[in-house]
Amino acid sequence: MTDQSPKIPQTVPRQSATFTNEINSEIRRAAATGIYDIRGGGAKRKVPHFDDLLFLGASISRYPLEGYREKCSTNVTLGTRFAKKPIELDIPVTIAGMSFGALSGNAKEALGRGASLAGTSTTTGDGGMTEEERGHSKTLVYQVLPSRYGMNPDDLRRADAIEVVIGQGAKPGGGGMLLGQKITDRVAEMRTLPKGIDQRSACRHPDWTGPDDLEIKILELREITGWEKPIYVKIGGTRPYYDTTLAVKAGADVVVLDGVQGGTAATRDVFIEHVGLPTLACIRPAVPPLRHSCIHSCGLDTSWHAVRICRAASGLWRDAFTQRASRQVPFIVQAEAGTLCSLS
Amino acid sequence: MCGIVGLFLKDSALEPQLGALLTDMLVTMTDRGPDSAGIAIYGGAEAGKWTITVQSANPDADFATLEADLAAALDAPVKMTIKDTHAVLVLDADKADAARAALKSLRPDLRIMSSGESIEIFKEVGLPADVAARFEVSKMSGSHGIGHTRMATESAITTMGAHPFSTGPDQCLVHNGSLSNHNSLRRRLIREGMTFETENDSEVAAAYLSWKMANGADLGGALEASLDDLDGFYTFVVGTKDGFGVLRDPIACKPAVMAETDQYVAFGSEYRAMVNLPGIETARVWEPEPSTVYFWKH
Amino acid sequence: MQTFDLEADGLRALNSTLHAQKESTNATAWEIINPKGSHALAVGVDAPLDITVRGSTGYYCAGMNKLATIRIKGNAGPGVAENMMSGSVIIDGDASQYAGATGRGGTLVIKGNAASRCGISMKGIDIIVHGNIGHMSAFMAQSGNLVVCGDAGDALGDSLYEARIFVRGSVRSLGADCIEKEMRPEHIEILRDLLARGECDADPSEFRRYGSARNLYNFNVDNASAY
Repeated sequence: MTDQSPKIPQTVPRQSATFTNEINSEIRRAAATGIYDIRGGGAKRKVPHFDDLLFLGASISRYPLEGYREKCSTNVTLGTRFAKKPIELDIPVTIAGMSFGALSGNAKEALGRGASLAGTSTTTGDGGMTEEERGHSKTLVYQVLPSRYGMNPDDLRRADAIEVVIGQGAKPGGGGMLLGQKITDRVAEMRTLPKGIDQRSACRHPDWTGPDDLEIKILELREITGWEKPIYVKIGGTRPYYDTTLAVKAGADVVVLDGVQGGTAATRDVFIEHVGLPTLACIRPAVPPLRHSCIHSCGLDTSWHAVRICRAASGLWRDAFTQRASRQVPFIVQAEAGTLCSLS
Repeated sequence: MCGIVGLFLKDSALEPQLGALLTDMLVTMTDRGPDSAGIAIYGGAEAGKWTITVQSANPDADFATLEADLAAALDAPVKMTIKDTHAVLVLDADKADAARAALKSLRPDLRIMSSGESIEIFKEVGLPADVAARFEVSKMSGSHGIGHTRMATESAITTMGAHPFSTGPDQCLVHNGSLSNHNSLRRRLIREGMTFETENDSEVAAAYLSWKMANGADLGGALEASLDDLDGFYTFVVGTKDGFGVLRDPIACKPAVMAETDQYVAFGSEYRAMVNLPGIETARVWEPEPSTVYFWKH
Repeated sequence: MQTFDLEADGLRALNSTLHAQKESTNATAWEIINPKGSHALAVGVDAPLDITVRGSTGYYCAGMNKLATIRIKGNAGPGVAENMMSGSVIIDGDASQYAGATGRGGTLVIKGNAASRCGISMKGIDIIVHGNIGHMSAFMAQSGNLVVCGDAGDALGDSLYEARIFVRGSVRSLGADCIEKEMRPEHIEILRDLLARGECDADPSEFRRYGSARNLYNFNVDNASAY
């Protein structure tokens, strides 16, 4: 006797939405090692991004410009609130801070050259200012970070603007760890650290806490640099309304908001993916405190755009990419994204 | 985030100058707190009398006949002094509870700033110099006082959100820092019968201390206990009828400077606040240790 | 000696006058009167001037100093000589928290006590404290020397890198990865020089030396709670 019944197709086992294969593998690895993963590269989850924005074109209520004949300017001036020498940018798309150590000198040079060609600024990052970026960036923002690696008054005066970094989109409120393989001779010397160690970084500034103290820190930076340079305050996307309000009260010329998709050299995977708000979600609550202080311009700052600009502008980019790739870091530029708001 | 000043007089000869000295200290701390300012003054307690300080959004209407209305309701004498948006009501001590109830029905919109034998609290939104001038703080005398300039972090910039907070008779607290567990602690204190006027974290700290003291702790003990129950960054300065206390959290990030001479003990968020005090050049100046309760009593 | 009245002429005029002095200036001796706890006094000086502040200062006095000798005849507020590059800062009284924070060079002498976080993240500066220091001092200190003639507070040298710490008195507690180390002859010599520069006549043999155990230098899961 033979089985006459037709063969029944089988469904594949249903994958749990919570316990995906990827999550299960993470649990097994964590159980075996007893520790979280540390990585860079920014949040990999899907978040609303500038690429999701839709813009209103002109029709009846607004008149369109003839694109080839009539100019629509994109330039912005930053720092007119207090600085004697405000910054002029041709486009409101800037390159965010990325540390020397995470990026090579060639990458820093590439970013500087590309940004200068595009008429915008670059930013130093943790680890201090390199000659590569200073020499090749028309407009360079110098970060004052909790670590103060390489911090010195000469570079402060060589900068075109100063950015006090309070938080980073990838890990607002968290310190981090730069893995030893990145602490090369040059990085170690710039940071006054032993070569090859896993460098821990602090979550708070060493010499002030809170907006009342920040106001005094900003005063000191202005006095050292003769009130010439715009002072930015960079915050991670956490409580954008309050944080922006307090940055304005503390005397910032510019507030830089860095959303959860922003990159980092290294912290816990769970921190990168689960702490912070997307930049787009931060903009709306951050605007009222800026409006109260007469916001002048509001631009976008995404390194995806920066990457495109740099790629087009600089043949050096490929070299930089190759260098990064050889160190097994997944991205050239961490997917930095933020909003730059100017006060006056 | 804020500026705090405090002055506890040991030498009664300085008492007529308390308001003037505190005003100078308060105004110096404007940069640390430009949003609102407040001051608690402990004047001389009159035997058998009780002082209630109230605030109104419509002082002209609310205060016009308040003295007579309250006296009638209590069937006892009431003396009222109006200072801008605030009024100080002095009545017989045994009428204190009745007066609170009467005020609630006579003028439901009035806000009680402080209540006690010697405390008066004045606070408003605005620059510290303007707030001090509106209440003529510089003319006030007293044995000790605490002032605060506020840079609001998360709760609203309102009169009731200004410091000092008073949650018990003759008690007040000012705070620089921010508490992380104030919402859960507020719910716990509400279950214990405490009432709150604001969403402010500092009010929770004040109510916590009042609750501890209402349950038998002295101020020192209440402050000790807060080290376990309050989570966050804080420098507190607290006042009672005859005392003055200081506490910093275990991390102690927020600044605090103290100065002591034979005449006074002074507190400032910065030394700058104390530079015009008499004899400051030779005072013992130090920074309070973390997790350590400091307390002075008359 | 040129005298600058801070109250009359203001902070901006003070700092811009000091910044205008070049190395070859004849006006090398300056006196600042009426500081009254003001902030950012004599910051970013970049010339071998000798500056005396008559009174107590607020935040960040002598911040990022290069080459100058700055004397404070009073107490110093938070962050005195922060990120100093070279030169020296001498405080007659006490120093508030963060004294010498992130300093990269030069000498900071505190004749009184220092509050919490003295020498936090120091990167090459030498700090000599005649009195005591507060909690969390030399947190993440990377390089340089911290000398304490009195006692040290809690969590001394937490997450220490390569800075050296010498303490004569007691240490309330050591921070993560900070240990006592043997005081060898070369350390006595280093300390003798530091004490001389710090205008301190203490005997180097009375001090103990603390440094990094270097257990946190490369990540190890067994130390996870110490990070």
